[in-house]
Amino acid sequence: MSAASLSYAAFFISLFVVAHIVLRVRLPHADPFLLPLGGLLCAVGLTELYRIRPELAFRQGVWVVVGVVVFAALVLLLRDYRELDNVKYILGVSAIALLVLPALPVIGRTINGATLWVDFGGPLVFQPGELAKVLFVVFLAGYLRDNREMLSYGAAGQGRLPSPKHLGPLLLIWGGAMLVLFQTRDLGGALLYFAIFLVMLYTATARWSFVAAGLALFLAGAFALYQVIPHVQERVQSWLDPWADPEGQSYQLVQSLYAISSGGVFGSGLGDGVLVTPQGSTYIPFLETDFIFSAITQELGLAGAAGVILLYLLFAYRGFRISMLAQDGFSKLLAAGLTAAVSVQAFIIIGGVTGLIPLTGITLPFVSYGGSSIVANFVVLALLLMVSERVNRGERA
Amino acid sequence: MNPQIRRLFFVFSFLFVALIATATYWLWRAPDLEARQGNPTLLVRELEIERGLILSANGRTRLAANRKRTLEDGTVWWLRRYPRGELTAHAVGYSTIGRSRTGLEKSLNDYLTASNANLSTVLDTTLDKLRGIPRVGNDVVTTLDLSAQRAAMQGLAGECGAAVALEPATGRVLALASSPSFDPNLVESDFDAIEAITAPCRPAAPLLDRATAGRFVPGSTFKVVTAAAALDTGRFDPESTFEDPGFCTLFGQRVFNFADQSGPGVFGTLTLAEALENSVNSVFCNLGKELGANVVLEYAKRFGFYERPPIELPSEEVLISGLYRRGRLYDPASPSEVDPGRLAFGQERLIVTPLQMALVAAGVANRGVVMEPKLVERIVSPDGDVIEGFDAEEWKTAIEPRTAAELTAMMVRVVESGTGTAAQISGVPVAGKTGTAETGVAGRNNTWFIAFAPADDPEVAVAVALSDQSGTGGATAAPIARAIMEAVLGRNA
Repeated sequence: MSAASLSYAAFFISLFVVAHIVLRVRLPHADPFLLPLGGLLCAVGLTELYRIRPELAFRQGVWVVVGVVVFAALVLLLRDYRELDNVKYILGVSAIALLVLPALPVIGRTINGATLWVDFGGPLVFQPGELAKVLFVVFLAGYLRDNREMLSYGAAGQGRLPSPKHLGPLLLIWGGAMLVLFQTRDLGGALLYFAIFLVMLYTATARWSFVAAGLALFLAGAFALYQVIPHVQERVQSWLDPWADPEGQSYQLVQSLYAISSGGVFGSGLGDGVLVTPQGSTYIPFLETDFIFSAITQELGLAGAAGVILLYLLFAYRGFRISMLAQDGFSKLLAAGLTAAVSVQAFIIIGGVTGLIPLTGITLPFVSYGGSSIVANFVVLALLLMVSERVNRGERA
Repeated sequence: MNPQIRRLFFVFSFLFVALIATATYWLWRAPDLEARQGNPTLLVRELEIERGLILSANGRTRLAANRKRTLEDGTVWWLRRYPRGELTAHAVGYSTIGRSRTGLEKSLNDYLTASNANLSTVLDTTLDKLRGIPRVGNDVVTTLDLSAQRAAMQGLAGECGAAVALEPATGRVLALASSPSFDPNLVESDFDAIEAITAPCRPAAPLLDRATAGRFVPGSTFKVVTAAAALDTGRFDPESTFEDPGFCTLFGQRVFNFADQSGPGVFGTLTLAEALENSVNSVFCNLGKELGANVVLEYAKRFGFYERPPIELPSEEVLISGLYRRGRLYDPASPSEVDPGRLAFGQERLIVTPLQMALVAAGVANRGVVMEPKLVERIVSPDGDVIEGFDAEEWKTAIEPRTAAELTAMMVRVVESGTGTAAQISGVPVAGKTGTAETGVAGRNNTWFIAFAPADDPEVAVAVALSDQSGTGGATAAPIARAIMEAVLGRNA
């Protein structure tokens, strides 16, 4: 604890207080819990990052400021989010364009085997996939609202397959996204987009057969990838038996499990965990991004870990509540999709680092180190709150 | 759409609860995970303990000491350093963050970190922690005699092999040497340098403690066990005579006497004592056939074969000696599964460690009683209290004192006028036995010498084993054994 760290904390409290005031003035009826939940998760992340390496926390702090500014700008300037519905195809195509960017020469960057970053020189390295996620949800919300009847009942009565006219654009955008994600080896991203797609399709159509078909497709795809990509085999094998090769392919997972198990109920305490070597590197590679949850669990214990998970559960509760109260289909689907995006993402990475599901790298929303992720999640927050404002004001579609 | 959204929320609630359950599961598994190699969490926490020293038998020379390091946040870490480097690398082992621990550093970790829990130490450490007093571990004084250890390491230099020296009457391990060795100071900082070590054997495996876990074929040194069986059963005495046709017929095939025996190719009529002196395979082959494999193996077990010697090293670093089949220890259910002739002169599928053969020599030296091999002289608390003292304990009663005396006389003749003359020490009677075991590849013989001295009042028993040799045990291993014994007896120290 130092004057620097205290003033740092004071700055972020005031930042969120200002954001909250902007929100209350501009959107007085919006859900009062979501912004504080995001702020709390941000604070947990910043604190843990500060403990891992103070420079990381300062850089993350800058991105939180950018995120809050973007949040405030959206809240102040975007008068009606439903206008996004009019440009959904542009957004859908943009989402794919964003996903393709890292694969382009010159600006594309490959880190840890995945081509997810765009480098414009200097500090401007960003991961467009995070923002594309939001655009993808907006597109799906608009598209599914327009076509849900046709998708639900088919062209002539229930049980028939929807016509290619209605299914086509959907599969095109979705297939394009999956293709690009596999091309760039972003397995976590692919899993996330797949889940968002299924969740929104189910919400729109209530057809279990779609979910079943989607899951079957997923299993078939996963099996095919398992055969083709060695990286996928490694991930699955180290998930099935992490102890088979603790020094090799399951090193990250095994180190993560050591960290998680050593925390006890209340953790070692912040700063007292075994995370950083005397040389300054971390025992778990990518501790500050993919494995931030393992660091939090070691230092704050099971209590802290459960706390973080419950924050996501509360976030999901508030988000789905907005969706249920919304009157129009676009708002409903948008709120459900955005909420699902954050929840699924949290589940994929926490499940991955705890060994519940195979590990695929993705950021923990609001917590992990990473500018694109932080900014994208503040955009999610702004959109959810705008839907909520409209819902609670009682306007009808 | 609301029913779907409600269901979705339930699904996500279930998933998040599953995450909390998984985290709880790992917390429950924590003790299990903590014990694993490569888990840095406990290792690093133990760095804050001023680890006890590891000392040589004189109680002063430091084999493992500490380097204090203050981190940026004020935390004090005690990092290990090994002032004697390669000299005692295998017995002492190492304690690192990245590569865990081996040797005494591993097996005595609780003492070295003062976490050998009884109620009062737990209370003390808790109080110290509250007061902010750093914990200090207990010092370990080993039985290692550095002059013997140095003689062993010098003798082994450039070879692949190992040497063990024991005090026969007590079981004290005076030297435990393995070559090629490594500098334990480099394990954490420059492991590549250790992996780059080369030796006449491939792989060089410098980290392997060949003294306790090296796999050697005992060859003719095993004739001591066969001779012990022959004498102790009362069926033969040193003057029993045998015919040596120059070969022994096994399963219809002639096994010729090995080139390392001294004297003529065919001895004709000779006594058991003469057969040992000159290491005549055909005699032992026929002796084995007469005794039977089960009797020979029974005596091997009486010397400690088929049991892990109770030395204070981690059990995975101590190999059990005996017959091996497909890499695994194998105790034949029926004697017919084993060729008694080849067993009797130490071929068959026998795999032994230098430690086990040193125990055989020490057992003969100690009137037939094999003492438990011990590496730890005493463990001393930071206040100077002796927590654990040395206590000589009998491990095995192998043979009768009378048998031991007869065998000793036969082994003295080996050094006086047989295959082991290179081990002679002027003015000191030495009892010994050579061994040259074929592995089937030229230049890849295992050569051996086991011995004890003085033969009339033994102070030291040794076993030296070398792999990848083209010479005989008498020429290659015996001089090293002599140097070690001289160091212990103070002749050349």
